[in-house]
Amino acid sequence: MSEPLLEVENLRVRFPTANGPVEVVRGVSFALGRERLGIVGESGSGKSLTGRSILRLVRAPGKVTADRLRFEGKDLLAISEYEMRQIRGARISMVMQDPKFSLNPVMTMGEQIGETLAVHGRLPRRQIRRRVLDMLEAVQIREPERVYGLYPHEVSGGMGQRVMIAMMLIPEPAILIADEPTSALDVSVQGEVLRLINDLITRNGMGLIFISHDLNLVSQFCDRILVMYRGEIVEECAAGALEKARHPYKRGLLASVPRIDETRAELPVLDRGAWAGA
Amino acid sequence: MTTAFTFLGLLAITFFIGRVVPIDPVLAVVGDRAPQAVYERVREEMGLDRPLFVQFFSYVGDVLSGNFGMSVTTQRPVLDDLMQVFPATLEMATLGIIIGVALGVPMGVIAASRQGSLTDQAIRVVGLLGYSMPAFWLGLVGLLVFYARLQWVAGPGRIDIFYDGLIPTATGLMLVDSLVAGDLDVFWNAVSHIVLPASILGFFSLAYIARMTRSFMLNQLGQEYVTTARVKGVSERAVIWRHAFRPIRVPLITVVGLSYAGLLEGSVMIETVFSWPGIGNYLTAALFNADMNAVLGATLVIGAVFIVINKVSDALYRVLDPRAQ
Amino acid sequence: MATTREWLLTESPASRLQARLGRSYRMLLALLRNPLAVLGAMIVLALVIIAIFAPFFATHSPYTVELTDRLQPPSKEFWLGTDELGRDIWSRLVFGARITLIIVVLVAAIAAPLGTIVGAVSGYLGGWADRILMGITDIFLSMPKLILALAFVAALGPGIENAVIAIAITSWPAYARIARAETLTIRNCEFIFAARLQGASAARIIVRHILPLCSSSVIIRVTLDMAGIILTAAGLGFLGLGAQPPLPEWGAMISRGRAFILDQWWVATMPGFAIVIVSLGFCFLGDGLRDVLDPKSGNSQ
Repeated sequence: MSEPLLEVENLRVRFPTANGPVEVVRGVSFALGRERLGIVGESGSGKSLTGRSILRLVRAPGKVTADRLRFEGKDLLAISEYEMRQIRGARISMVMQDPKFSLNPVMTMGEQIGETLAVHGRLPRRQIRRRVLDMLEAVQIREPERVYGLYPHEVSGGMGQRVMIAMMLIPEPAILIADEPTSALDVSVQGEVLRLINDLITRNGMGLIFISHDLNLVSQFCDRILVMYRGEIVEECAAGALEKARHPYKRGLLASVPRIDETRAELPVLDRGAWAGA
Repeated sequence: MTTAFTFLGLLAITFFIGRVVPIDPVLAVVGDRAPQAVYERVREEMGLDRPLFVQFFSYVGDVLSGNFGMSVTTQRPVLDDLMQVFPATLEMATLGIIIGVALGVPMGVIAASRQGSLTDQAIRVVGLLGYSMPAFWLGLVGLLVFYARLQWVAGPGRIDIFYDGLIPTATGLMLVDSLVAGDLDVFWNAVSHIVLPASILGFFSLAYIARMTRSFMLNQLGQEYVTTARVKGVSERAVIWRHAFRPIRVPLITVVGLSYAGLLEGSVMIETVFSWPGIGNYLTAALFNADMNAVLGATLVIGAVFIVINKVSDALYRVLDPRAQ
Repeated sequence: MATTREWLLTESPASRLQARLGRSYRMLLALLRNPLAVLGAMIVLALVIIAIFAPFFATHSPYTVELTDRLQPPSKEFWLGTDELGRDIWSRLVFGARITLIIVVLVAAIAAPLGTIVGAVSGYLGGWADRILMGITDIFLSMPKLILALAFVAALGPGIENAVIAIAITSWPAYARIARAETLTIRNCEFIFAARLQGASAARIIVRHILPLCSSSVIIRVTLDMAGIILTAAGLGFLGLGAQPPLPEWGAMISRGRAFILDQWWVATMPGFAIVIVSLGFCFLGDGLRDVLDPKSGNSQ
């Protein structure tokens, strides 16, 4: 692996509560190159917060600390908010879960995609429009001119997510974080959207952090997998080597995935007690 | 349809109030020494012997044809009186709402974007003060401080007697009329008269508008698409105004409509304190003189304007929100 | 002490009483964390105490006319000055607290139950009953409250009783709306079906099951509305339509002081401060209560 794009060491996210601070992400470390890195875990495992803290988008009262959070030679936790904004969207961006909620309901698709460009460069208006239409085409939208002027409630979930991808990839960032990008979509369009992300990632030589609760999906789609449980990385392995997983949590997760040729009468439930201390 | 129903309800209420009055309208006409026969005849002439619902229908008919009866005090048709005083109220309430929106909306947005901060708390207290101050009292204190002591503004009334009647009445709005006539002396005099009562009215609408803006904004700032905007690297200022504020412009129109209607109501008290010759002053004067036709007429007009503003802001909401089409 | 606290905050209460007390305790803790709410509660408490023990707090008689003392500025003898008949303003304010409290309590006692019942019946029965009741509610809601109250008092004649009736008539619809919304969410719950299967009548279900569940949101709303009720009552008093002289009603006191506003400012301004403080107290308390019972914070993940 060449020089990593992003280095994370001992990342922690803390929230104050009535009974003292609670640590939700507890010392996560990893490095990301030009590869597809999957982060898997059940809900509440801290995987989404890990993604958001890379962009410094954990809102108060949450508090992020790390020994190292380096991207392109910059310490992401030390730079000013202004510098951080130069990175957000332009160098690192994020595709979120549900286009129903993550697209602004009163702005047209074109406006929203174009905004990313407008924020990060001084392109003339007409050129922005041109680039947006090209990008819409790149995410395989057939009538870009028409979709340009549509509002989010006027399009399907799959189309919305493609617009989301277009919006996040148009400034050609180095890293894309995809936080459950297909969970809110119909099964029929999930594959298409994944393929699209994959194509664009490989074409531009970007790094991808793919966050999901779906172990199977991640193992098919990613090069490398991190498994998170209760704020910690409990397992790291190459996607192909999934079956050789050692950690009981992941073995438990794997065992509870239904198979096409299912022979078991009942799916096993994760027994957390057995390895809670592991 | 529902609007018509609401109007009918308003008419029913004013009709009902008119019947509850302990004053016998027949006695008021014939005097209490009139013989029984005269009393009966007048009662019949006035239609008071007919069943209640028939009376109600003829009342609705009267109102719809613009017949609100005669005012005992002014000896003129109530409708003419109302038409004459209404512009003064409209002028003050409109200036009030402009002040309220211009200050209240930014205050609400700032409070929401700094939730929990000292600024937020301060704006909250200012807002709650608007809910806790009697308008008439604030008017009196305002007159005491700004007119009597500091002499920054002119006193009660719409204009100094010296300037009264100098300019022709075109719209009935003093500020507009004086500008149309090109008489700046009159204009500035009118401004110095209206600025205090309008600011006080504006303060009350500000309280409501700032509060609603704040809660709308808090709701928006928690939305996922606001995070999307941040992910794109949009500056915090643009996040707030372009992304979070834009979706609430439409519901804010309803809020502004409601508080505008509320100002027409609030002007009753303010007008009494400032001797402002508007519909509120007319209403309270009629109350003192037990001039029931005038009271009900003014109630009806204020109620109708109130309902219309409510419905219009509702309709605007549906037209302007891209999601509602 | 620590054990009582643990008993109250336990995650697994052993009895219904413990659960209920625990919930109230937690709400109280949340309320105490909000300084404005505590201030509001203290103001309201002070109002009640002063109203009940008015003779104890008053330094003079609120009614005795003493023309030699007329229009005295605030001093050691007359803390807030005297009015045009030489009556001590502080003492009149203290006794006026009784009138304010009576008006507020009476309006709440008439309007809140009336509105809640209308709303609960409307929501539970649905269909035509709902449409008619809500139609009437909407008509009242879409009309200016103060003007209606004015017109009603004009028709009924001035006085405290009529002021109370007029304000109550104009304020019940808000509670009906709230109670109906609550009822609609409760109506299809399992326990309502269970009660119905046991043969409970509609009236019994509404009274025993639905009304208690509506009460907390109605109470919050009533607390928030208190300021409005006080202001409307004071406004009626100011116009001479509320409490009649010589009753020391705060709005009427302002109205009488109006004539002396330029030279004897205290006569009109002091009662105003009383109104503002008390209304603000109810606002703070209501606001705090709402935050506790309806925690909608914008910064959750």
